[in-house]
Amino acid sequence: MEGILAFITTLFVFSVVNGTPLLFGTLGEILTEKSGNLNLGVEGIMFMGGAAGLGGAFYYEKFVGPQNAVSLVGLLIAIACAFLVGALAALLFSFLTITLRANQNVTGLALTIFGTGAGQFMGEYMRVQEGGYISIVQKAAFESSPFPAFLRDIPVLGPILFQHSLLTYIGIVLALGMAFFLNKTRKGLYLRSVGESPSTADAAGINVTRYKYFATVIGGGISAIGGMAYITGIAGGVWNHEGLSGVGWLAVALVIFCLWKPTSAIWGSFLFGCLQILYLRLELPFIPAQIYKILPYVVTLLVLILSSIRNNREKQPPASLGLPYFREER
Amino acid sequence: MEPKCKVELVNITKRFGKVVANDNINLTINGGEVLCLLGENGSGKTTLMNMLSGIYMPDNGHILKNGEEIRIHSPKDAFSHGIGMIHQHFKLVDVLTVAENIVLGLNERGRLDRTAICQRVSEICQKYGFDLDPNSKIYDLSVSQKQTVEIVKVLYRGAEILILDEPTAVLTPQETDRLFDVLRNMRADGKAIILITHKLHEVLAISDKVAVLRKGAYIGTVNTADATAQSLTDMMVGHSVSLNIDRPLPVDPMPRLKIEGLTCVDNLGIKRLDGVSFTAMGGEILGVAGIAGSGQRELLEAITGLYPVQSGSIRFTPKEGAESELVGKTPAQIRKAGVAMAFVPEDRLGMGLVGSMGMTGNMMLRSWKNGRGFLLHRKEPTALATKIMDELEVVTPGISTPVRRLSGGNVQKVLVGREIASSPSVLLTAYAVRGLDINTSYTIYNLLTEQKMQGVAVVYIGEDLDVLLELCDRILVLCGGKVSGIVDARKATKEEIGLLMTQVQGGEVNA
Repeated sequence: MEGILAFITTLFVFSVVNGTPLLFGTLGEILTEKSGNLNLGVEGIMFMGGAAGLGGAFYYEKFVGPQNAVSLVGLLIAIACAFLVGALAALLFSFLTITLRANQNVTGLALTIFGTGAGQFMGEYMRVQEGGYISIVQKAAFESSPFPAFLRDIPVLGPILFQHSLLTYIGIVLALGMAFFLNKTRKGLYLRSVGESPSTADAAGINVTRYKYFATVIGGGISAIGGMAYITGIAGGVWNHEGLSGVGWLAVALVIFCLWKPTSAIWGSFLFGCLQILYLRLELPFIPAQIYKILPYVVTLLVLILSSIRNNREKQPPASLGLPYFREER
Repeated sequence: MEPKCKVELVNITKRFGKVVANDNINLTINGGEVLCLLGENGSGKTTLMNMLSGIYMPDNGHILKNGEEIRIHSPKDAFSHGIGMIHQHFKLVDVLTVAENIVLGLNERGRLDRTAICQRVSEICQKYGFDLDPNSKIYDLSVSQKQTVEIVKVLYRGAEILILDEPTAVLTPQETDRLFDVLRNMRADGKAIILITHKLHEVLAISDKVAVLRKGAYIGTVNTADATAQSLTDMMVGHSVSLNIDRPLPVDPMPRLKIEGLTCVDNLGIKRLDGVSFTAMGGEILGVAGIAGSGQRELLEAITGLYPVQSGSIRFTPKEGAESELVGKTPAQIRKAGVAMAFVPEDRLGMGLVGSMGMTGNMMLRSWKNGRGFLLHRKEPTALATKIMDELEVVTPGISTPVRRLSGGNVQKVLVGREIASSPSVLLTAYAVRGLDINTSYTIYNLLTEQKMQGVAVVYIGEDLDVLLELCDRILVLCGGKVSGIVDARKATKEEIGLLMTQVQGGEVNA
C-alpha cells in the first residue's frame, strides 16, 4: 500500500515536471486560437524559445560570473528572452496570415520548419562557441520549489502541492488569469467574439486586426516559454535538441483535448506529461515504449470524436478558427 | 419627450466601378415616423442604407443630422450619431449570451458587470414590449428572437434612427405582427424608423411615408395615406421598355414537367416552397418572376433533386419515353433523364464551373461518368469545348485557359453552352444574364429561343421584368414560396406582374 502511494506521488511529481512545458505551450496556443488564428508553428516557436531562454540565462551568468549570478534573475531573463523570441516569431506569423492573408496552415507549418531549424542553430552555435558544452550553473529558481520546507515536507500533500518548480506555479497562475480574462473581462469577451465571428465583431466596432495580432503575438510568447521550461527544467539546463521535438505538436493536440479552456489545460498538460513518461515508470512486459508515446494522441483523438458526437455547442473550436478575415468579403 | 431628430440625405451618389448603385438620392426622415424604402431587387435600397450605417462611403453628397453635416466612416461613427442598422444577416456570436452580444464593442469602461447589463436589457425589453431572456445563448434562440436581439442591441446603444433591412423576410405572419407592434411603440417614443422592404401590404400597414427607388434612381416619396398598392407598384416597376427580343410562337407544345403541390421546408422549418403547381411545356419558355428569395432557387434545386422535397410530385416526360416521377431520384438520375440546369449564382463561378480549370476540364465535369477505364479521355470534351467556343463566340485565348480568367459573359456562355450540349428535354436557367452587357444577353436569349424551337421546355428564372415579358411565352410569378399567378407573357403588363410579385396569395392586398 505504501509502495503504491509512493509510486503515485512520484509519478504525479514527474508528470507535473513533464507537463509544465506543455502547459505553457498550450496556454499560448489557446490564446492564439481564441482569436481565430490557428498557429501550427508552436513546435518551431518552442524550439526557438528553448534556445533563446537557455542563451539568456547562460549569458547572464557568464556576464556577471557564475558565482555572483542570482538564480531568480536568470529565470526572469530566460522567461523574457523566450517570450521575446516567441512573440517575434508569432509576429511574423501574424503579419503573413492577418495582414497578407496567407494560408494559416501552410504558414504555421513553415514556421515550425523554420523555428525548429533556427532553434537548433542557435542552440548548437552557442554550444560550439562555448567549447562544446553549455549549461546553467545557478539552477535553484529553475528547479526547486518556492515554498518553505515545512510545507514541502508534509507527507503526500507536500510533494503533490508544494514541491514543484516556480515555473509550474507561474503556469498555473497564468492559466487561471487567462480563464478570468477570457470569461470575465470586456476585452476577453471581445477577443472571443473575434475568434467566433470576426465580421460580427467588426460590425460592432471591434478592431479585429488588433485583437488578432495581440492574441497571436502574446500567445506565441507564452508558448515559447514552454520551450524554455523544457530545456531548463527537464533537460537540466543543457542544450538538448532531441527531447524538445514533438512537444509543440503535443501542445496543439492539448488545446483540442482541453476544449480551448485554460483551466482544463492545467490538468490536461499534467495528464499528458504523465502519459509521456509512463513508459519509464510503469514497464509492462511486451509493450514497447512507442505504444506509450502515442497515448497522448490517442486520447486527443478520443476527445475529438466524443466532443463531435455530442455536438455540444459550448465545446467546439472557435467558429472561425483558421479562416482569414477580409472586411470586403461580407 | 426628447426633441425629435431629423436626418437628411442630400444628393447621395454611389458607384461600384461603372455601375451606379445610387444616383443623386434625396431623402428625409424624422423622428416619430416610419419610412419605408421600397424598390425591386438591385434598386439600391440596401446600398443607400449601408451608407447611413457606415459600411460604405458615398462618392458624392452629404448626410445631415438636425441640419448639421455628419460624416460616417464606420459602423462605430454611425452608432455615435445614433444610427443603428439591423441587417438581414444577423451579426451575432452564437456561443455568447444575449447580453454579451448586446455589449459587444461598446466603449464602456470598467469591469464587465453582467447583472447590470442584463437589467438594462430587460428594461429596454419591457419598455418596447420585447420578449427576451438576456442570459440565454444565441444558438438556442429562434430566428425572430435573434432579430429581437439585434434590435435591442441597437436600442441599447441609444439609437434614435433604426434601419431594418427586410426584417420580415425571415418571420412568420404572427411574428411580423409582433414586430410591427414593437415598431409602433418605438415610433411613439420618437424614434425614426426606416424599413427596407418590397412587400406592399407591409408598407401600407406600418409606414407613414414611402420612398421609392428604381434601378438606383430616386423616384419619389409619398405619404402612405395617399398611396395604394397599385400606385406604389407603378412607381416601383416603372414603364415598360421595348427590347425587341425575337420571340417565335411555340410549336407543338406538349407537357414536359408537371409539378403538383410541391412543398419544400428549409432547415429552420420555414416553407420555402408552398404548394407550387405548374406545367412546363416543351417548345415554350416559361419565365419565373419574383422578388429574390421567393423560392426560385429552391424550385430549381427541388426539380433537379438537390433540395429535399417535403411533399408534392414532379412528373417528367422526356422527348421519347414514358412519364416518370422525379421526386426521390438522385440528381445524377434526374440529369440522365434529360433535365439540365444552368444556374448562375451571385458569384458566377460558385456553382457549376470550376474557376481554375479550362473549358475542357469543365466540360468533363458533366461527362466524366461516361468515361471508362482509369485514364481521362479528353478527346470528346475537347471537341465539345471547341464547338462551344466557335458557336457561341466565347472570347478566350484557348480552351485550356482557366475559366476564371474569362469575362463574366463568356463564363456564362460556357455554362449555358455545356448544358445545351447534353441535348436536354428540360433546360432550367436561373439569372442566365446576370451581370452581362446587352449584346451578350441577346446571345443568351437567342440560345434559349433556339432550344425552345427544338422542343425543349425552357424554364427561365429572371430578374428583369422587361426581359421576362418579351422573351417568355408564359410567366409564373412566385411570391413567398407560393405561385401567385401564371400569366400569358404576350398579354400581361409589367404592372400586373409587379403586383403579383408583391402580393401574398390569399389576398392581403386587393388592388
